[in-house]
Amino acid sequence: MLINPDEIRETISMIQEQKLDIRTITMGISLRDCVDASGDRLQKNIYRKVVESARNLIDVAESLQSKYGIPIVNKRVAVSPISVIAESSDLENYIPVAQALDKAAIDIGIDFIGGFSALVHKGSTRGDVCLIDSIPEALAKTERVCSSVNVASTKAGINMDAILRMAEVIKKTAELSKEQDGIGCTKLVVFANIPEDNPFMAGAYHGFGEPDKVINVGISGPGVVRAVLEKHPGVDLTRVAELIKQTAFKITRMGELVGRESAALLGAKPGVVDLSLAPTPTPGDSVAQIIEAMGIEKCGGPGSTAALAIINDAVKKGGAMATSSAGGLSGAFIPVSEDLAMAEAVASGALSIEKLEAMTAVCSVGLDMIVIPGDTPVETIAGIIADQMAIAVINHKAAGVRLIPAPGKKAGDRAVFGGLLGSAPVMPISNLSCKNFIKRGGRIPAPLTSLNN
Amino acid sequence: MKSKAILTVLGKDRVGIVAGVSKVLAENDVNIEDISQTIMQGFFTMIMLVSMDEEKISMVELQNKLDKVAKELGVKITLHHEDIFRYMHRI
Repeated sequence: MLINPDEIRETISMIQEQKLDIRTITMGISLRDCVDASGDRLQKNIYRKVVESARNLIDVAESLQSKYGIPIVNKRVAVSPISVIAESSDLENYIPVAQALDKAAIDIGIDFIGGFSALVHKGSTRGDVCLIDSIPEALAKTERVCSSVNVASTKAGINMDAILRMAEVIKKTAELSKEQDGIGCTKLVVFANIPEDNPFMAGAYHGFGEPDKVINVGISGPGVVRAVLEKHPGVDLTRVAELIKQTAFKITRMGELVGRESAALLGAKPGVVDLSLAPTPTPGDSVAQIIEAMGIEKCGGPGSTAALAIINDAVKKGGAMATSSAGGLSGAFIPVSEDLAMAEAVASGALSIEKLEAMTAVCSVGLDMIVIPGDTPVETIAGIIADQMAIAVINHKAAGVRLIPAPGKKAGDRAVFGGLLGSAPVMPISNLSCKNFIKRGGRIPAPLTSLNN
Repeated sequence: MKSKAILTVLGKDRVGIVAGVSKVLAENDVNIEDISQTIMQGFFTMIMLVSMDEEKISMVELQNKLDKVAKELGVKITLHHEDIFRYMHRI
């Protein structure tokens, strides 16, 4: 047989026991040809374009799932930033556009639709302001719409006025979904250096350098990496990096295969494979457990940042060898509520928000799915976001912040979102004030990219 | 369209597993191109390379029929298109 039995068994146990899956197939759709002066026509154009482009997304994903026997968990759509597409319309707020996107998503049966977005790293236009003002209500009135706002970039610096505004928006969004512990905030992310081709929510949007229709695939498999490391308990860290690299290669090849074929079947351009280790609340499907399998007693303990750095770099090296189109966020994700062992580490006191912030300096996302007390002041939320944006901007990396100030909850309480979003303890936040810093506003200048020390 | 797939069977050894599986394959015009079978610690493991005409039977239909026979035999049967193994293990 061309493939030997051990290799066949390895692949099958990856899928069946170690939860290897294609985490998402995300179709990027340009809405540039939907622009209209009439808000009504704009909504109709957007609905029609999304439905016509992605009508077969579910069928194609399901047929590939049966053909290759690998689960394809999420099917999603990302569209051009609505702040730009709706700007020249006569709409006074963009809530109806969010509703049109939501209806399209429900009608074609996809999980999420991203792109209720604005790019304001240097400043805002009328459309950006209108979109940001619409976010809390848009997320409350829709089910599947995701929103992202880019407030910083290495080339432009950090827009502190936008950060303060987004902190207010986060608070408002949480209040409008207070019956569900502020679940609206799980669909809202504040970004620095946002990628144009990221297939993962809530930060997926269709960038302006992208073709009309494109398929981006996000792969996953933290369980596979953990299983490999558990099989080799005594090896040195050079070998650990090598093992992760080899595993990432195998996982990414699967994404490459499914990405190419689904793009061809859907009449879209093949886009990127995002080689990310994205955890879920399923036991074993955890990035924190990889860190623990490497020899750290509990994720968050000393050594966690170094361990995460090894994982993140090795995943990229293996993945980049497996596909010529690596993109998106590519790396390891550390969302607290979506990773069972990460949430446990928080509950046991091993993992603080300060340690998480340090870990974000070496991984592919930022402070993600972190529940904070509902009464956290707006300026403090802005301060936490600003810290994360600074790490991303200085280190030339993407980072998203998804904070959930759970209304009425205090540190140590538990917020429950359910499904892939999981649940997490509310993390304690420093009481020290950064109000006078935040109130200054303005833009933190772009960093120098030489004299790197 | 001709497709090749890898079929695996895993379960407690008993009489008639090979017969039961190959009967379903023969009935649906699916050809067995290669086969390897061992008993490991009382567990029956079999890997087959099969080829099929997807115009006659689709992967989903075959999978459904195999699920039925798997239940009767008390074993676990998986079916994956061959490309997934090629992509993962060969550059």
